Amino acid sequence: MNVHDPGPPGDSGLTVRDLAVSYGPVTALRGISLEVPRGSVVTVLGGNGAGKSTLLRAISGTLRFHRGGITAGEIGFGRARLSGAATSAVVAHGVVQVPEGRKIFARMTVEENLRAGALGARDRRSASESRERVLTLFPVLAERARQRAGLLSGGEQQMLAIGRALMARPKLLLLDEPTLGLAPMMAARIADTVREINAQGTTVLLVEQNAALALSLASHAYVLEVGEVVLSGPAAELAESDEVRRRYLGIGDDRDEAPLAGAAPARPALSRWSA
Amino acid sequence: MITFIELLVNGISIGAVYALIALGFVVIFKATEVVNFAHASLLLVGGFIIAKTHESVGFWPALLLGLAGAAVLGALIEFLVIRRANVVNHSVLAIVTIGVDIVLTTELTRQIGTEVLALGDPWGSQVLHLGAVNIPLARIAALLAASAVIAAFLLAFKYTNWGVAMRATAEDAETAALMGVRRGRVSMGAWAVAGALAALAALFMCIFPTPGLDRTVTATAMKAFPAAILGGLDSTTGALAGGLIIGVTESLVSGYQGELVFLGRGLGDVAPFLVMIIVLLIRPAGLFGTRELARV
Repeated sequence: MNVHDPGPPGDSGLTVRDLAVSYGPVTALRGISLEVPRGSVVTVLGGNGAGKSTLLRAISGTLRFHRGGITAGEIGFGRARLSGAATSAVVAHGVVQVPEGRKIFARMTVEENLRAGALGARDRRSASESRERVLTLFPVLAERARQRAGLLSGGEQQMLAIGRALMARPKLLLLDEPTLGLAPMMAARIADTVREINAQGTTVLLVEQNAALALSLASHAYVLEVGEVVLSGPAAELAESDEVRRRYLGIGDDRDEAPLAGAAPARPALSRWSA
Repeated sequence: MITFIELLVNGISIGAVYALIALGFVVIFKATEVVNFAHASLLLVGGFIIAKTHESVGFWPALLLGLAGAAVLGALIEFLVIRRANVVNHSVLAIVTIGVDIVLTTELTRQIGTEVLALGDPWGSQVLHLGAVNIPLARIAALLAASAVIAAFLLAFKYTNWGVAMRATAEDAETAALMGVRRGRVSMGAWAVAGALAALAALFMCIFPTPGLDRTVTATAMKAFPAAILGGLDSTTGALAGGLIIGVTESLVSGYQGELVFLGRGLGDVAPFLVMIIVLLIRPAGLFGTRELARV
């Protein structure tokens, strides 16, 4: 378990090298490196403002919607270079994000939401095949196909958001806090779904505040603080580490609040950009 | 009673034409959040192309040229101006479109001068007699064509990939991008469609009983603006309802002007704006709109 461990080398997964991102004068990521090998589930943990969402925005190419940009480093997926690519190109390469807060199209029906998910698919012919796969995974979406998506419950909306992303047949699925605001039972169901999606061959990069759940899903984990990777290693090892247990799992002695790895300075309020 | 029916049919007919223009406003607003004040000049360009080409190529090819020309111009405005403008506030883009409008309208009115250009439509001044009710054939053509085009547009908006991409972008541009939707294409498509709709509207605004295309047509076209606003700038249904309300109001008020003479002359031109103000006092987002516009 070392600081800035790039993880096991893998040429076909996602590779982030020394990535720095800023929003105007404000730096949100300060040179982070991570790897998501093909077929794995990797999680990125961290509190509000740690830069988790910024990382996903950088990968998906949506920083410009937030007036941000990559200032250094590189993001690669397989042989493709994702840094600097347009969002539609990232999707075409098979990297699809489920945004934080679900962001379903509330005024459109469930069916139309799924259709929207297939708009950027590499292969339009396979849309009906993808739809079947999604509806097998989430039968409730078939029952509600003609309903307005805004009328679904929170858990159903999260299922729709994941189903919509699967319509593009991703090779790598980016999940931004999929269990946020869900009841524990629903969160557990979403976790099962993520396992199932991964078992079907999709690589998953999971960003979470719910560390217990994320560490139970992932094989490898990174901990972000104030835009830097402060810890990384196999998920099981991290789950056993004192710092992670104390800080993210709420177990053990919480009198000692020293910064992790002695590296992070006093934390500035960054919640505005990654909330 | 007969007068009333005639006025009503005329009102619905001109209302359908306003709805075409208002639909263009709405499509552009939904795709790019820009209130397009250059819409009247798109309309003028479409009409001008039809007027200048119908003698050499015939009416129907000229109509196609007009539609295509206005669509290309719309796409060009999006590509060269709207997309390049790096502004935070979309109200600024609305002001940019005023500039575009001034440039285009000035040049075209210079070209047109004091002429009144015929559009060479096949309906001429023929009148359809239904019992005692007389309705110009051109108005019926306007009503039918506008209804058909609006229906086709709404079906496409609902059922095609273009429509789904458009509505997704309108609802949440960032999430739509995450689905792989190319925003540039969506908004360019919206401007092109709006241009074509405006050109079709130009045709029906400049044929009987209007003598032809002259430089005042942009002022007439601006009457569709209250139609879009009162319906709600982000609602296609609103554009239809708004267009019909404005058209019928204008037609009835002008038709019964004799009885309303104590209010002064030219009330027909003012009535659409009065209706808009009354609707906005009660529903600030328009009849079907969801977004309030502050100080545009």
